[in-house]
Amino acid sequence: MENWIKRIFLNDGRRPVASAVLACAMASVGAGQAMAEEVDAESETAVKPLIEPEVTPRRVQEDLIDTEDFEVGVFTGLMSVEDFGVNFVIGARLAYHINEDLFVEANYGVTDTSETSYEKLSGSAKLLKDDERDLTYYNLSLGYNIFPGEIFLGSKYAFNTNFYVVGGLGSTQFAGDDRLTANFGWGFQMLGTDWLSLHLGMRDHIFDTDILGEDKKTHNLEMTTGLSVFF
Amino acid sequence: MLAVRIFPVLLVILCCFSLKSFAEDEYQTVKVAEPYLEFRTGPGRGYPVFFVVEQDEQIEILKRKTEWFKVRNAKGQEGWASRAQMEMTLDGSGEQVAFKEPRFDDFSSRSWEGGVATGDFGGAAVNSMYVGYLFTPNLSTELWASQVLGDFSQIMIADLNIVHQPFPHWRISPFFTLGTGAAFIKPKATLVNEDNRVEEAVHYGLGVRWYMTNRYFIRMEYKDYVVFTDRDENEEAEEWKIGLSVFF
Repeated sequence: MENWIKRIFLNDGRRPVASAVLACAMASVGAGQAMAEEVDAESETAVKPLIEPEVTPRRVQEDLIDTEDFEVGVFTGLMSVEDFGVNFVIGARLAYHINEDLFVEANYGVTDTSETSYEKLSGSAKLLKDDERDLTYYNLSLGYNIFPGEIFLGSKYAFNTNFYVVGGLGSTQFAGDDRLTANFGWGFQMLGTDWLSLHLGMRDHIFDTDILGEDKKTHNLEMTTGLSVFF
Repeated sequence: MLAVRIFPVLLVILCCFSLKSFAEDEYQTVKVAEPYLEFRTGPGRGYPVFFVVEQDEQIEILKRKTEWFKVRNAKGQEGWASRAQMEMTLDGSGEQVAFKEPRFDDFSSRSWEGGVATGDFGGAAVNSMYVGYLFTPNLSTELWASQVLGDFSQIMIADLNIVHQPFPHWRISPFFTLGTGAAFIKPKATLVNEDNRVEEAVHYGLGVRWYMTNRYFIRMEYKDYVVFTDRDENEEAEEWKIGLSVFF
């Protein structure tokens, strides 16, 4: 609404007309010569725009715009390592958003593993040394924001969200060996602000292991909650 | 309990990154030239348009996420505008706003590239990453780090190589590579009486770069490695890789 009023009184093309009308109106009220001169002076100063733009004329420099395509974060949760129990996992994540749909991410995670049922039942036989029980993994994955959306908290707050699927390759170091590892999963991201987001996710880390004798494919499920910052 | 020890370190790193977001900047301003410009609730094509600014209104560019710009009008209303609509606005000098879009032309005049690749190294899986610098459009040097995950050993390879690209202006451009490096070989823990060892390695290879879009290209290559051992025979390994790269 304010714009329409501005258009009548402030628009550059029309202002001389508006001020002329104003001047005539004031003169006709019956003021003398002095008064008319004053109005003339006033209309001259009025040529200057009422609102001085604060910006100096310059080209928009793309490099000066804060670009937030990178995301760095930490996550924590539970990871089930086949035969070695479910344990606390912690990790870090770096993502680069190629466009609104696609992103690539690198993950690094660390978890401790528990004793197998066999080790517990047998009492003394240890399959692994203590330092071999730590499991670390890294991976590079491609993600797709399959269902972007919004969620609502009551009637006052709305937050942008993304439901994404990811898949990629990497390596897992466990029991003294490094194994090629494929990972697949999904995640839910809620953006509290433009730069801070909360992630909830599920991943399956698939790798072969021969710790218990023959080579077998293991599925290691991980459930995490994380925080990330865009920069 | 490695996981517990790392946790505070990660939190501190995250806090450092988040501090940057509190810095208040002076924003650049553009003027809407089309009849209106749409504000969306989020940086994506599906988010609803909830507000429009009219022609001749000034808007500030707060930040950018991929192809979307967070903007603010004079009254403080904030929203996300598309790149296409932002390119229809005028800047302070009255010129139409333009944003760079890396194209195929930039690909042939690039000076840096980097990427990741995965494939097969003598029957074992290999994951690699690299950075490359181009002296001329034809000649470049690359630094590679690879991890070979074999059934009997894990090999880390660090390589330095020279790459020649005879036809830099082709969209699918072949290249030849020659290099040298070191291989750190770590036998599997389930094997007994094997020590870690470091060997020298040389390789030659050929491949193609295939420009896709924006600043991305796919890279496929074959390399033939010779690993010098202190035994009577040197070891040879063939490597095939495919990966995604980005250039600057």
